[in-house]
Amino acid sequence: MGEFIMTKDIYILGIETSCDETAVAIIKNGQDIVANVVASQIESHKRFGGVVPEIASRHHVEQITLVLEEAFAKSELSWDDITAIAVTEGPGLVGALLVGVNTAKALAFAKQKPLVGVHHIAGHIYANQLQQPLMFPLLALIVSGGHTELVIMKAHGQFEVIGETRDDAAGEAYDKVARMLNLPYPGGPMIDKLAHEGQATIDFPRAWLDPDSFDFSFSGLKSSVINTIHNAKQRGEQLENADIAASFQESVVEVLTKKTYDAAIQYDVSQVIVAGGVAANKGLRTSLTKAFEHTNIPLAIPPIHLCTDNAAMIAAAGTIAYEQGKRAGMDLNANPSLPLEQ
Amino acid sequence: MKILAMDTSNKALSVAIVDEGEIIAELTTNIAKNHSVRLMPAVEQIMKEANLQPSELDKIAVAKGPGSYTGVRIGLATAKSMAWALNIPVVGISSLQATVYQGRFFDGVVSPFFDARRGLVFTGLYRWTNGKLVLQREEMNVSMEAWLSELKASDQRVLFLSPEIESFRSMIKDALGEKAVIPEAPFHIARASHLAMIGMGETADETHILTPNYLRLAEAEAKWLAAQEDSQNNG
Ligand SMILES: [Zn+2]
Repeated sequence: MGEFIMTKDIYILGIETSCDETAVAIIKNGQDIVANVVASQIESHKRFGGVVPEIASRHHVEQITLVLEEAFAKSELSWDDITAIAVTEGPGLVGALLVGVNTAKALAFAKQKPLVGVHHIAGHIYANQLQQPLMFPLLALIVSGGHTELVIMKAHGQFEVIGETRDDAAGEAYDKVARMLNLPYPGGPMIDKLAHEGQATIDFPRAWLDPDSFDFSFSGLKSSVINTIHNAKQRGEQLENADIAASFQESVVEVLTKKTYDAAIQYDVSQVIVAGGVAANKGLRTSLTKAFEHTNIPLAIPPIHLCTDNAAMIAAAGTIAYEQGKRAGMDLNANPSLPLEQ
Repeated sequence: MKILAMDTSNKALSVAIVDEGEIIAELTTNIAKNHSVRLMPAVEQIMKEANLQPSELDKIAVAKGPGSYTGVRIGLATAKSMAWALNIPVVGISSLQATVYQGRFFDGVVSPFFDARRGLVFTGLYRWTNGKLVLQREEMNVSMEAWLSELKASDQRVLFLSPEIESFRSMIKDALGEKAVIPEAPFHIARASHLAMIGMGETADETHILTPNYLRLAEAEAKWLAAQEDSQNNG
């Protein structure tokens, strides 16, 4: 008999409930999506104009076993095939996170499987691994309703935050401006759409902060949009919503693009990846693509369904954590302000 | 039949294993701290001491509220997921009903209650009749003041059971005097072994459908509904 070492496939069950998506996925060997189910609550939160944490938590507990069942049905796998369970432990809405964390612990105990806690942002970054392998050192721009961060990774599982927002997240600014323009929730994609119909005629400020800082700030821009709309109204002028959207978007995108570009050059990275819900923004995608097309640094942006919250990305990040020997105990808790760097 | 029961719906955390009506293990703490962190280690501990594998469980019983929204969800997420993974039935039991079992031998009506903040309580009215528990008044979210004056109007003796009894003791005594019966501390905390006993006889819930019994809308939803009503009345 020849010596033949079978390398067993690793199947990770991922669970994500940090905000308003109840999501379960199964990923093979950290890169192949076997099942990826997302139950969105957008319709429930629409009437409130934003995510209501208590209602999000209520939906998660109603949906979780249904989503689990659907994921298993799609995968055609059984529990015997599952290597380990990965769950978002933070950051996010605490009540929402708790449903996922307690579900994951119950499953890990019932089926005697290893458990791994995953940072939500690590998940967003690893969404890219579902498309192609990560190349180190890499720079990740994470932009979502809760985050605007620039992260350097020199190896798997190592994160160094080199810049972050000092006030609002980019997605938060989008949602607030959308509300001022009376656009329906969720406002971000609506502004993106509207921006393409208008002209950037208004010169909104760009917050560059200190010349060598990779931090962001969007609250000044937000106030400027409010004042501009308010002043125009007082003068009896009518501003085109599409022009406001285009001007606002241009300001946000310009800052995000410039800081990402500068960081990529300064840190001499092998790859730039974009992650988070705002990575779905067409204006941002176009601008970043343009900025990097003259360089030899490849730019990776996952498809839209992997940019928004999902559990495939959690399982992908969870696979690396599992392989690196990280394990969570039955005392794993939700941590709404979990740091990325550890 | 081996049944695992858990209650994280209020201040106490209680887990138990009951086999054919016999209590194998029970663990109760009353420290209102981090149920999310402590529930599974507690389950793991009693399972280990009882030398049981998860796959040997036949049923799960869980306190489904009312109580702390978060606490109730911790229990339900755990119980539902575990039951689903093990492919065994799960049954959700009112946290108030579990508390009434602490007054099993009282000859009169029992009002279990939980503090619902701002002068409100989650409560209901029960009576033990020929060894059976009979609901006298649907569980509700009501002002304690209104509830006490309603109880005062009838001439029955009422047993009050609540983990928050001390915050309401004088209010109850002032309203009902001798008609109010308030036992010592150990009687006010629901026990998971009682949950298991109740759960044994109850028909299982559909796992996917089992939801918490909040007894109250989320605040944002209540406000939204009120606003809708307003605009309808004024429109
Ligand atoms: Zn996210």
